[in-house]
Amino acid sequence: MSKILIGRYVAGDSIIYRMDPRGKLLATIIFILFVFLANNPVTYLIVTIFSIAAVAATKLKPKVFWDGVKPLIWLILFTSFLQLFFSVGGTVYWQWTIFALSSYGITNAIYIFIRFTVIILISTVMTVTTKPLEIADAIEWLLKPLKIVHVPVDKIALIMSIALRFVPTLFDETLKIMNAQRSRGADFNNGGLVTRAKAITPLLVPLFINSLETAIDLSTAMESRGYRGDQGRTKFRILKWSNVDLINLIYFILLLGLLLIFRTH
Amino acid sequence: MSIKFEHVSYIYSPETPLEKKGLDNVSFKLQDGSFNAIIGHTGSGKSTLMQHFNALIRPTSGKIEIAGTTITPETTNKNLKELRRHVSLVFQFPEAQLFENTVIDDIAFGPKNFGYDNEKALASAKFWLKKVGLPEEIGKRSPFELSGGQMRRVAIAGVMAYEPDILCLDEPAAGLDPEARKQMMALFSEYQKEGHTVILVTHNMDDVANYAENVLVMEHGKMIKQAAPRDIFKDRNWLQEHHLEEPKSSLFATKLQNYHFAKLPLTIADLVKDIETNLKG
Repeated sequence: MSKILIGRYVAGDSIIYRMDPRGKLLATIIFILFVFLANNPVTYLIVTIFSIAAVAATKLKPKVFWDGVKPLIWLILFTSFLQLFFSVGGTVYWQWTIFALSSYGITNAIYIFIRFTVIILISTVMTVTTKPLEIADAIEWLLKPLKIVHVPVDKIALIMSIALRFVPTLFDETLKIMNAQRSRGADFNNGGLVTRAKAITPLLVPLFINSLETAIDLSTAMESRGYRGDQGRTKFRILKWSNVDLINLIYFILLLGLLLIFRTH
Repeated sequence: MSIKFEHVSYIYSPETPLEKKGLDNVSFKLQDGSFNAIIGHTGSGKSTLMQHFNALIRPTSGKIEIAGTTITPETTNKNLKELRRHVSLVFQFPEAQLFENTVIDDIAFGPKNFGYDNEKALASAKFWLKKVGLPEEIGKRSPFELSGGQMRRVAIAGVMAYEPDILCLDEPAAGLDPEARKQMMALFSEYQKEGHTVILVTHNMDDVANYAENVLVMEHGKMIKQAAPRDIFKDRNWLQEHHLEEPKSSLFATKLQNYHFAKLPLTIADLVKDIETNLKG
C-alpha cells in the first residue's frame, strides 16, 4: 500500500514548493483543459515541453513521477491500442476484418499517449509538491464564489481539513486492528471472494466504532475550545500570492497563446 | 524451543524517501517459561521488536527461531497460522479489536480460528471470561456496552483463550485503575508459572521489578543490555544515562539514610522486610 503516490506529498525544496497552492491548483486545471486544444505535432510538442519543464522545476528524482504514471500504464496503453487499430482514415497500411493500421491511427495513438502522460505528470507535480492541507485551502478559495448560492463553503473546508487530518490516523488504526486480528488467527489474504469479504468484518466493525468515537470526542473538544459553527471565525493559515505565482500563471497564458497560434483549424 | 534472535535488523519502507531504521542488529536468547520484560524509551524499537515475535513483520536481515518456526527475510505470509497459534500478541489498548455481537463470541473468535470446534471454543471462552475476573452474565452482552476496563479484560481473554505458549503483551495495564492493574499482572504471572513464556513491553519499572526474571533494554533500535532486573537497577548512573526510571521501592531505599541494605530492595515486600531487619538490628 506504500506504493500509492496519488495524494502523497514528497518533501523537497524548489521554487514549486514555495508557490501558492491556489496558483498551482488553477494552473493544473487550466493545463488539463488546454491540453485538449492541441491537435497537431507542433502543439503536442509544446505541451510536452511545458510539462517536462514543470517536472524538472520540482527538482525531484524522475522515479517519483514514474511511480505516478505506473499504476495507470495499462489504461494508457489500452486506449492508445484502441486508437491504433480502430481509427479509420489516411493511408491504410494493413487491414484484417475490423482491425486496421492507418497513418491516422498511428498519429492518434501517439497523441492520446502524450495527452494521458502529460495530464498525469502535471497532476503529480501538483500533489507531490503541495501538502494536503494546502490543497484543501486552495479548494476552499476556489469554491468561495459558491457562497452566493448558499453553499456552506466554510463547513466544507472544515470537513476537508478534518478528513485529511484523519487519513493517516485511520490508516495507522486500520493497520493496528488488522495486526491484532491477525494475531488472533484472522486471515485477510487467503480464500475465495466470499471468505475474504467475510474476513473483513473483524476489521470494519472496530474501525467504524472507532471513527464514531473519535468524531464524538473531537466535536466535544472543538466545542470546549470555543468553536460555535462557522460564523465569526478567523483564518490562521493565510495564503499569499507572490510574484512567482504571477509568473507561473503568465507561463500558462503563454501556453494558451502558443496553442491557439499553432493549432490547425 | 527457546526464542532466539540472530542479528535481526528491520528497516521501514526501504528505498523510499521515508526509509527508517526500526531494529539494528539485535541478537538475544530467551528461556522457555520465563517472564521477560522489554523496556526502553518511546521510539526505541520495542513495538517493532514485538511484532517480529509472531511474524507480523519480518526482518530485513537476520534470523529468528521461535516456537519451532524459523523466520527469515524470505518467509512468506503463508503457513504462519501455526506460528500465531503458539505466539500471541496483545497490542496496546486491545479493546479496539472487539467486534462480535456478544462478549463470549468475541473471546471465542481466536480459538475458532485456530481449529477449536464450536463447543470447545465456547467452553474455553467461558473459562477465560471468569479467569480475567468478569461475571458470567457479561458473556451475553455486547462488548460495546462495557466499561473501558471491562473491554480490556475481554480483549485479553480473547487472546489467552487458545492458550498460546508465548504471550507477548504491549503495555497491557496502561490506563487501568490500580486494582485492575494488579489483577491483570497477577494473571499473567500465574500464566507464566503454568509453564508459558511471557514477554512484557512496559514503561512501569515496578512491574518489571515485581514480575520479570529477565529484562531487555532497547535504545535507538539496538538492544543495549540483557540482564536480571537486579543487575539492571543496580547501576543508577547507567539508568540515568539511558533515561530509565527506578522502581519506587529501590528509590525509597536510597532516601533512607543510616539504613543498611544487603541488596537493593526491588519490591515493596523486600523493602518492608529490609526495614524491619534494620529496625531490629
